[in-house]
Amino acid sequence: MASEEGGKLEFHPMDQFIVKPLFGEAGDPIHFYTITNVTFWMALAIGAISLLLVVGTRGRAIIPTRAQSMAELAYGFVYKMVEDVTGKDGLKYFPYIFTLFLFIIFSNFLGLIPMSFTTTSHIAVTAIMAFAVFFTVTIIGFVKNGAGFLSLFWVSSAPLALRPILAIIEVISYFVRPVSHSIRLAGNMMAGHAVLKVFAGFAQVGAVAPIAILGVVAIYGLEVLVSAIQAYVFTILTCVYLKDALHPHH
Amino acid sequence: MEGDIAQLGQFIGAGLAAIGSGAAAIGVGHVAGNFLAGALRNPSAAAGQTATLFIGIAFAEALGIFAFLVALLLMFAV
Repeated sequence: MASEEGGKLEFHPMDQFIVKPLFGEAGDPIHFYTITNVTFWMALAIGAISLLLVVGTRGRAIIPTRAQSMAELAYGFVYKMVEDVTGKDGLKYFPYIFTLFLFIIFSNFLGLIPMSFTTTSHIAVTAIMAFAVFFTVTIIGFVKNGAGFLSLFWVSSAPLALRPILAIIEVISYFVRPVSHSIRLAGNMMAGHAVLKVFAGFAQVGAVAPIAILGVVAIYGLEVLVSAIQAYVFTILTCVYLKDALHPHH
Repeated sequence: MEGDIAQLGQFIGAGLAAIGSGAAAIGVGHVAGNFLAGALRNPSAAAGQTATLFIGIAFAEALGIFAFLVALLLMFAV
């Protein structure tokens, strides 16, 4: 990684996204059961969530401690979001949405620790979550509404002549959902972290080093914001898709 | 300066796809700016519309991310 050759960047900005086994040599083959840095940081995210929600709220105090009040705020925030967007009948799916939100926001924030690994920057990770949402929502839609779910694609408020064309567009946009849903999160995290590393690479060039270091600080602040917003956006889009499944009529 | 014409095309294509990010930036700025304009006219209604704001931003941003995806595909997959 650290090979300086003739004014080139000391490290490649994409090096931080390489999946490698946690134990053993760097070039070892990776099987589905190999413990990699992805596994490690995912486990750490889940451990931190458990710590916050189980240990943090163990006291059940009337006047909450800091950890308890953070857990309660997160719970209330997502609960209100689900209720506002999907309505009362969407609250049955609140645990799933809350799990998604906490996993994404903790992975994002853990990825901001220097030298750490951002699991959500991999499309493989976010695509699993997005496709899980997509299939869940589609199945819920058909179970709840039967064939009436297909009226999601038949925009009854549009003029009759336009409806077939709109139906094609709606079907395409429905099937592109998991793609945009997953790539939005992965792309934002990957691009942000790559920009951080590019600025860090500029810091070795003597004259621009002060500007580059200020740039790293500024981008890092932006990344903290982006981490929270992307977790929020992923969750709220899940809520919107769920609302479409529960109430498909336009 | 080595490489072949296909690599040249990849790099030019990836650079052109990056224009899409700028276009998405215009879209996101449009959404946020209009939200702010409306929110300043009627601040009491603004709090209830932040979810809509983020959904709008997310949809505007999705198309920029498709451009980013095209750039990534050209750089690493083609």
